[in-house]
Amino acid sequence: MMAGFFNFLLQRREAGILAMIVLVAVVVGTIEPRFIAMDTLRIVALAVPLILTVAMGQMMVLIARHVDLSVGSIMAMSSIVAGMMFRDLPDLPIMAGVVAAVGVGAVLGLFNGLLVVAFRLPSIIVTLGTLSLYRGLVFWVSDARQVDPQFIPRPLTLMSQTSPFFDIPWIVMIAGLIAVLTHLFLNHARMGRHIYALGSNPAAAPLRGIRVVPVTLGVFVISGALAGLAGIFYASRFGYVNPGITGVGFEFTVIAAVVVGGVSINGGVGTVLGTVLGVVLLGMVSVALPILGVSGFWQEVLNGAVIVAALLVDRIVRERGVRAATDARSAA
Amino acid sequence: MLRRTLLAGLAISTALVAGAVRAQDGIDIVYIPKNTGNPYFDSLVAGFTDACAELGCTFSQAAPATAEATSQIPFVTAQIQRQVDVIAISPNSPDALNQVLDRARERGILVLAVNGDLVGNESHRDAAILPVDFTVTGPGQVELLGSMIGYEGQIAILSATTDAPDQNTWIAAMVDALANDPKYANMELVTTVYGDDDPQKSTTEAEALLQAYPDLRGIISPTTVGVAAAAQVIQSAGAADRIALTGLGTPNQMRPFIKDGTVQAFQLWSPYNQGWLAAHLAVAARNGELELAPGTTFEVPNLGAVSIGENNVINTQAELTTFDASNIDDFDF
Amino acid sequence: MTATPTNQAGRESAPARPRWQVLLIRPETMTLVLLIVAFGVASWLSPFFADATFILESATFYTEYALVALVLTAIIISGEIDLSPAAQMALTACLFGWAHKSGMPIALALPATVLFGAALGALNGFLALWCRLPSIIVTIGTMIFYRGIAQVIAGDRSIGGFPDWFIGVDWRYLMGIPVPVVILTLAAILLGLFMGLTVTGRQIYQIGTSPEAARHAGIRVRRIKMGLFILLGATSAVAGLITASRLASVRYDLASGGELQMVLMAMLGGTYIFGGRGTVAGTYLAAWLLVVIATGMTVANIAVTSQLIVMGAMLIVSIIATNFIYARTQR
Repeated sequence: MMAGFFNFLLQRREAGILAMIVLVAVVVGTIEPRFIAMDTLRIVALAVPLILTVAMGQMMVLIARHVDLSVGSIMAMSSIVAGMMFRDLPDLPIMAGVVAAVGVGAVLGLFNGLLVVAFRLPSIIVTLGTLSLYRGLVFWVSDARQVDPQFIPRPLTLMSQTSPFFDIPWIVMIAGLIAVLTHLFLNHARMGRHIYALGSNPAAAPLRGIRVVPVTLGVFVISGALAGLAGIFYASRFGYVNPGITGVGFEFTVIAAVVVGGVSINGGVGTVLGTVLGVVLLGMVSVALPILGVSGFWQEVLNGAVIVAALLVDRIVRERGVRAATDARSAA
Repeated sequence: MLRRTLLAGLAISTALVAGAVRAQDGIDIVYIPKNTGNPYFDSLVAGFTDACAELGCTFSQAAPATAEATSQIPFVTAQIQRQVDVIAISPNSPDALNQVLDRARERGILVLAVNGDLVGNESHRDAAILPVDFTVTGPGQVELLGSMIGYEGQIAILSATTDAPDQNTWIAAMVDALANDPKYANMELVTTVYGDDDPQKSTTEAEALLQAYPDLRGIISPTTVGVAAAAQVIQSAGAADRIALTGLGTPNQMRPFIKDGTVQAFQLWSPYNQGWLAAHLAVAARNGELELAPGTTFEVPNLGAVSIGENNVINTQAELTTFDASNIDDFDF
Repeated sequence: MTATPTNQAGRESAPARPRWQVLLIRPETMTLVLLIVAFGVASWLSPFFADATFILESATFYTEYALVALVLTAIIISGEIDLSPAAQMALTACLFGWAHKSGMPIALALPATVLFGAALGALNGFLALWCRLPSIIVTIGTMIFYRGIAQVIAGDRSIGGFPDWFIGVDWRYLMGIPVPVVILTLAAILLGLFMGLTVTGRQIYQIGTSPEAARHAGIRVRRIKMGLFILLGATSAVAGLITASRLASVRYDLASGGELQMVLMAMLGGTYIFGGRGTVAGTYLAAWLLVVIATGMTVANIAVTSQLIVMGAMLIVSIIATNFIYARTQR
């Protein structure tokens, strides 16, 4: 009975974001009818895959009650490595580059996880340090040079432009697939459910048979690997990779989207659907502003306000949930 | 006591002579680009390096991590401390560097602005080496775009940041040309948007342009990040046949778009030549062979006669270089 | 054989650690050692480094961050954290610039700016303490929000035009030391004395160690933490004004990336991220450590790439060491 009630509350959160999306679409569409066109949908959809992929990883990290601030730098490292491979080994199959990017991301993520687990350090500070460390490595590995568009394989950039059906670009489909896989993993795989358990009560986890170390390492590795994949998406979407630009500041965008989507910073709570909706909402807003001719300066104000609002909503929902659960318990 | 004083005197005078000899030996030039990782400045640096290899000056570069307005200040301070002879800098801000550059000049260091000037604050540098006559950049771009769209239709500009002094100079000239030159009477500038030299923002702005102005015939993007982003957007939307794009881009960045026809032609200049020229100018000025004043001309190997213009501005070349399918493979920067 | 001390219940208690251990084996010592080592390395890397005037001059690039980092240390000790001070610096500075340009007399604009900074801090405190949102995330939100407002106020342009007496504070010297460094040192001494000697100061440590126990002991936890947030806001405003004076102009992206540097200074200074431990002196030393490293590398023409790597590595190593030292000395 209590489980059903909590489910109801969580559903309210996703419904709330969906309502906001519809609201924004309606309001902006009324002012500027071109916003509702199919083309706009395509633009919004294109803004999404990069953030969504990394958000899936970040979501898992947050659910496990950690934070990964280094994802922007991991994304840059993976894309530079893949880009350099494409440049220096022109006959390399694209898949090799993709595997390399994901691999690099996983290794960097593993390093994060090891620091957190071996030294019992708070992930926020560790990843603050690796954010800087990895960015420095990106410059060093690439010799501070960007990878020019002519070296990015055409099929890769086509991924953002062509589509198998309904005019939805490949890159969007792949990102969608990742979201679905994440959902299945978190809800049906044993490790997935252990992540929720670990995050909601880290102290009790070992008593419940959850092996803390592998699960923690696992979420960081996954987060890194997904950031690595996002590095490939970056090359696909923008056609080049630059050590000083790629991924800078990206981690905050991702965290904003994830938090808006209902993932709690205290761990244990969050759904793929919510995160997807959060990413879509922020993506929509970022596209709506230039179409409306609103100065881009308000973008950041909105982003910040949205994070704070999402946290407040989160808190209110939790208070209601706790109160209702207590009521339900005392009524039973 | 006497012996010690004599020895001390000997040591000091040796040091002085050695110092004087060293000063004659090589002129120490340092170049501070806007930031690292920018392929455009790699070319400029190559020009400097090659020139110094020939002239016998010592060249080094020091670049900040970001192109923020104030990021170069610690670097200039450090170079002053290192007692270099010449500081060449591509400023990230027209005014943030005023004080620190003044200090450099007080210590006798020659200060050159390269690739961009300290607009409104020219008194804080000794001379500026610009890639091309900035007054022709704007009209040159308008002319190129006009020729691609038959001189009629709606056009838009995708710029860098709202504060970027160079872009603003060029855009002002573009607006002026569009308003006053009868040749462009049928071309209408509908809007100017700003991509902040950020790929994501430039892409979003370019996409919004296509959305908001379905009759758009042309886009000018006088910034390398912007023109690359716009090209990507047009390619991905398959709109190359109805929208013409031009701007200032590097050959390496734009080559795929020229090859597949998304972009017909774009323009730029030679950053390498700027570095080459700047090094020659600096050495000549330090050796007293050249007086930095408007009206002076001097010879630079490979570039011919160069003249110093008003406000000590030197233009490396007179006109923009146009890149298209016929010459795109001749360049590597 | 030494008699094992017994307490009143008749049970054995562990012998007290020798005084020298308590004084020396602490993270601040590590910071001091690093500082000396870094100084040596920097001097070796470049003959131009070991020049007091140059070092003091270069220090002025970091004194603003260091000033804020001192108060941030107190906040971290109390168990909270704030990632928005750099954005607060930018916002208050831009507001000051705008107010001055709109004709507000400076005598009014200066205190107004500091008050506004305090208000921003109060907002952070309200969200973190009254709404009980986790301070780490909510201050990421306010960080983005404040910088956004700064961008709306100032746009992409820099606002300048300040009177001559206001600008160039880094060129004013007091006994041969640049004024900002003097301000920083005075602030460090004052804050250090406050934290170490006053009742409230020691209560802050107690709050950080165990908020529940502190509350039961009658300490007004929320009020003290709110005071710290407000102090941080006001200090950020002062730091923003110093920056405005140094650069003679303000921009919305002033102090961007500053939050990372401030946290780095606090961590390098041996502040325990979970609260309850740390000193102002440590952060002060760490600020100088950063100055030495950054200046030393820049004057030796070492690429920024290496600086990023070194900074990141140092942060990680310093928290490992801090954690290690504190964990071992737990009783």
